[in-house]
Amino acid sequence: MANGSSSEAFVEFERVQKSYDGEKLVVKDLNLSLPKGEFLTMLGPSGSGKTTCLMMLAGFETATHGEIRLDGKSINNIPPHKRGIGMVFQNYALFPHMTVGENLSFPLEVRKLGKSEREKKIARALDMVQMGEFKNRRPTQLSGGQQQRIALARALVFEPELVLMDEPLGALDKQLRETLQFEITELAHRLGITVVYVTHDQTEALTMSDRVAVFDDGRIQQLAPPDELYEKPQNSFVAQFIGENNTLDGVVEEIGPNSCLVRLDDGELIDALPVNVTDVGQRTRVSIRPERVESNIERLHPDAHTLPAVVQEFIYMGDTFRTRLKVAGHDDFVMKTRNAPDQPRLKPGQEIRIGWLPEDCRALDP
Amino acid sequence: MTDSATTPPRQPMAALPGGEVTEGGPMLAADGRPLKHSLNRALRREKLRAFLLVSPLLIFILVAFVAPIADMLFRSVENQIVSETLPRTVLALREDENLPEAAPGEPVYEALYTDLFIAAEYKTHTRLGSRLNYESTGLSSLFRGTGRDVGRFDTDIYTDQFIEAEPALEDPVAWSNWMADDDIRAALPQTADVWDAWVKLTVEANEDDPLEEDVEDFVYAALYRDLASGAAPAGFPDVDVSGFETVSIKALFEESDEDWVDPEVWQVIETYSPAYTDGYFLNSVDMMNGPDGGAEWRPEDEQIYLKLFWRTMWMSLAITVSCIVLGYPIAYLLSTLPLRSANVLMILVLLPFWTSLLVRTSAWKVLLQQQGVINDTLVWIGLVSDTNRLTLINNATGTMIAMTHILLPFMILPLYSVMKTIPPSYMRAAKSMGANDWTAFWRVFFPLSIPGIGAGSILAFILSIGYYITPEIVGGTSGVFISNRIAYHISSSLNWGLAAALGSILLALVLTLYWLYDRIVGIDNVKLGG
Amino acid sequence: MNITRLLTASTALVATATIAGAEAHSEMADEMTIVSWGGAYQQSQLKAYVEPYQEMHPEVTITWDESSAEAVAKLRAQNEAGNVTWDLVDATAADAMRLCDEGLAMEIDPDEDLAPAPDGTPASEDFGEEMLVSDCFIPQIAYSYTFGYRNDVAEWDGKQPESVCDVFDTETFPGQRSLEKRPHNNLEWALICDGVPYEEVYDVLETEEGQDRAFAKLDTIKDETIWWSSGADTPQLLADGEVVFGSTYNGRLFSLIVEQDQPVNMMWDTQSYDLDGWIIPEGLDEASLARVKDFLYFATDTQRLADQAKYISYGPARKSSAPLVGEHAELGIDMAPHMPTNPENSEGAFVQNYEWWADYRDDLDAKFQAWLAQ
Repeated sequence: MANGSSSEAFVEFERVQKSYDGEKLVVKDLNLSLPKGEFLTMLGPSGSGKTTCLMMLAGFETATHGEIRLDGKSINNIPPHKRGIGMVFQNYALFPHMTVGENLSFPLEVRKLGKSEREKKIARALDMVQMGEFKNRRPTQLSGGQQQRIALARALVFEPELVLMDEPLGALDKQLRETLQFEITELAHRLGITVVYVTHDQTEALTMSDRVAVFDDGRIQQLAPPDELYEKPQNSFVAQFIGENNTLDGVVEEIGPNSCLVRLDDGELIDALPVNVTDVGQRTRVSIRPERVESNIERLHPDAHTLPAVVQEFIYMGDTFRTRLKVAGHDDFVMKTRNAPDQPRLKPGQEIRIGWLPEDCRALDP
Repeated sequence: MTDSATTPPRQPMAALPGGEVTEGGPMLAADGRPLKHSLNRALRREKLRAFLLVSPLLIFILVAFVAPIADMLFRSVENQIVSETLPRTVLALREDENLPEAAPGEPVYEALYTDLFIAAEYKTHTRLGSRLNYESTGLSSLFRGTGRDVGRFDTDIYTDQFIEAEPALEDPVAWSNWMADDDIRAALPQTADVWDAWVKLTVEANEDDPLEEDVEDFVYAALYRDLASGAAPAGFPDVDVSGFETVSIKALFEESDEDWVDPEVWQVIETYSPAYTDGYFLNSVDMMNGPDGGAEWRPEDEQIYLKLFWRTMWMSLAITVSCIVLGYPIAYLLSTLPLRSANVLMILVLLPFWTSLLVRTSAWKVLLQQQGVINDTLVWIGLVSDTNRLTLINNATGTMIAMTHILLPFMILPLYSVMKTIPPSYMRAAKSMGANDWTAFWRVFFPLSIPGIGAGSILAFILSIGYYITPEIVGGTSGVFISNRIAYHISSSLNWGLAAALGSILLALVLTLYWLYDRIVGIDNVKLGG
Repeated sequence: MNITRLLTASTALVATATIAGAEAHSEMADEMTIVSWGGAYQQSQLKAYVEPYQEMHPEVTITWDESSAEAVAKLRAQNEAGNVTWDLVDATAADAMRLCDEGLAMEIDPDEDLAPAPDGTPASEDFGEEMLVSDCFIPQIAYSYTFGYRNDVAEWDGKQPESVCDVFDTETFPGQRSLEKRPHNNLEWALICDGVPYEEVYDVLETEEGQDRAFAKLDTIKDETIWWSSGADTPQLLADGEVVFGSTYNGRLFSLIVEQDQPVNMMWDTQSYDLDGWIIPEGLDEASLARVKDFLYFATDTQRLADQAKYISYGPARKSSAPLVGEHAELGIDMAPHMPTNPENSEGAFVQNYEWWADYRDDLDAKFQAWLAQ
């Protein structure tokens, strides 16, 4: 699933395992490598092991087994302060007893830089995050967004090649978060730094990253660029975790290279794309994105299989309509349609038929 | 405290809807009154409510805290006992010119005779004796002894001579009639004064009817003095006293105790006759009112308080510092441990709170004394020879050890609660920026824990300054504090005035140190918790 | 017995002398708060006085308060607050004198308020001048400050101290001593061992030179001395072997030696007598006062004082009680040899001068504390 090592890997995890209590593994056999300049996001629910991975990379946790390499060198035994990795924390971790300038000066002082050089670097870093005039303020006098900009500047001021961010935007409101998401990616690409970013917010992951590693149960479930992750989830966890998703359970009845037929548990037959299924008779869970559900079945291939559905609820959402349907015994099946002049506004209780293109319905593991 | 800022001023509902501006005039509320008035009225209710809510505590603090402190401050200067017990003597002393070279003249003794006679009836003379004994040794028994004698002074020669000359003078009813006459009273001022005192005494102290009692000798003595000075009021029996046999009251006092003609005794009485005195405060700093009225040092072999104040201060400071040194690592460990192990450790920290003082003290004795566990162990190991066992108790070391143990929780708790609020990510951030463990601690964690050190130090220091039981038990002679002397004067010597003065000085010292702390560190830099 | 006792009790009450016993009884309060020292001493009072009294007067409930050590200060505070809650207070003679001086204790008339001896000797004579040291003081016991010493000290080469002056002899009798953290007794012992005859001690101590002399003598053992402030300290220190000599109350030493069987001996030489007894607080209401006087009349009679000696080794204050002193209530040993007043022990005893101390305590205490702090 995960990429193996490559010659130009900048950060590499090889067969890394981590256990806190000696009984349970929180990280199971992690293999991951990313090239210089990549923006990689670790996405997953809490307890999935993503933060532990980040902390192992930063040096605050030690791997129970396996090796972590930075720029080709094993860093397992290097203490955190010698790794030269910048880090941004969820609660900013700005030192409240120091001014903004002193906060930024801190990493430079411990590196024993001269005063003038420090001043120069601090000014540059602050300008980078448009916080030049806040140098003499105390962190507590700043808003959350401003504090996070300072935290970012502080992580960058000593010019690390790798920056780790642990849910840095988690405490901010939505609008600010979106602005900063853009700023962070822009900055990362401009400076050419490698970023490992941890979040549980899938939108953030999709909009910011070059690649996303979806974590669950101590493993990377899928490592892929955002579009691939969304469109082609490798398993039902990823399908469900990323974006909105409808699932139906059934058994594979026919299977071909690019399509298969699935007999749902209530007897209906549907088209699907075989992803994790190989044999007839296998149980499977199919996944269909709401926006790929078609209620105008005339647009589908005439041979396409369709399903009967009963409208439960119709919600007007401005640019889209959201219709909740009862399909194959499940009443939480969602269909999203664009607000177009030809799109009918359905009424609760109305009986319709729905269908989809076979490639939009992915037959995954049960 | 009636701090209206603590209750956010709610907008008065009545004034809101109709707020409008009249031309050039004030903003009016809906009912046409000025908005400010309505607002004030509404706020007044809020304030009153806030006041009522805190009033039980306010009253409690007033009664249980402010009043005792005020009383203590008052006691440290109060000295009315001399002028209340010997009012006439104090007045007569002011007129007297013999002091300080010689004993005062006869009028002072005449006044003292009256005063002491009355005081002895009320049994207040011994109390005065105890009070003055604090200033000069021997006055206690002087007053006690003469108080016993004063009723038997040979002043009845005046009584006998008067009654012989005019039998009507024996009749208390006749006396009371004369003494109701304003002209007679004006002509016989001393007699009137003494008569009033005698009547009061008879009614109050002896619960008798003055109209049925024999008039006391000292009334006749006063009458003799009035008449001898030439008074001849109309309506009062005309008695010629020029031929009367007289008696020197000074001689009678000298006969009772020759100390009464000692000018030094009188010097003390005069020095302490004002209603307020600085004597207690002077005593608190090893000084006293000298014979010339100015303050001077006490004899060297009686100087103790300055030494004790100084010792209390530096030892409290040393105890506080050792609490920091011992408590900081524990608090740090506690704050980094997971909650469950932290709780177990916390129980150990709090253990001193749960053991009674007696148990703890016995434990210290068993541990620290020369035949104790620590010394035995040291001897067994061979670090200390059997003849040179360490003295760890009954001296300053004992006090330091025991007090540090007792006060440690007061240091650890605020430290812990402050450290608990320092997010671990600060240290991680510092390390991620390249700081090693020590730099991260020293530059980031330690400065942030200073408010805890401040709070813990203030608690430990102030508690230690006021402690007296532990120093008393384990401090021997070189490990006792000023509070031990305060306790001694409260419960043993009964010199409450001195105890109050010592207490006031201690209070002032604490407040000064607090003020200094505020100036140097800043009191808002003190935190008991998040 | 019961009725005659009631009648005798009522005759003691001036106001009710002519009223029938039953009526006098009804005017007495049924509750009484007695203040004492706690511990074995209070226990002896309970056994010897209170329990027999309650047997005769089952309606009386008695509350104990173990505050005698702070009695003077507490009584003064109660008096200032105008709310005296104590009915009867056990106090040392010195405290009683101070309470009397302060007007906090009631003056009593021994012949009127206390029972005569069985042979009819009036109470004032039975107690005697030397016991009735204050007008407010009703003596109970004579105790003494004396030294105990360990009898197993190897460095002493089998020598046993015989006189109080051996305490000051650190060459023959090396080891730590424990002395009370007060000038009382210590200064007297120091002077006596510096060659001052008993009867001149206070005359010498009155002078500056005499005081210096006493302190100089104490200086010779200052470095070897642990200063105690609680009566339990010395027995503990002796038992632990922490000190080889220690002064304390003779009763404490009795229980250490006889009851706990420690290797400690008693040294009666120059034991310093002190007295302990009752005072009645000033300001009791009539009913309480009547009860207190009734109780006191009973509790200080010849037999009761002798009974107390069964439980604790303190000498009864009445002369007439001495022949009645019997055996220890539990150990069954004869108590007379353990009494400080026993002729054999009282030979060479020293009597404190309370009146003198009342004058000099403030001055000497300041000097003593300053000396200690040096």
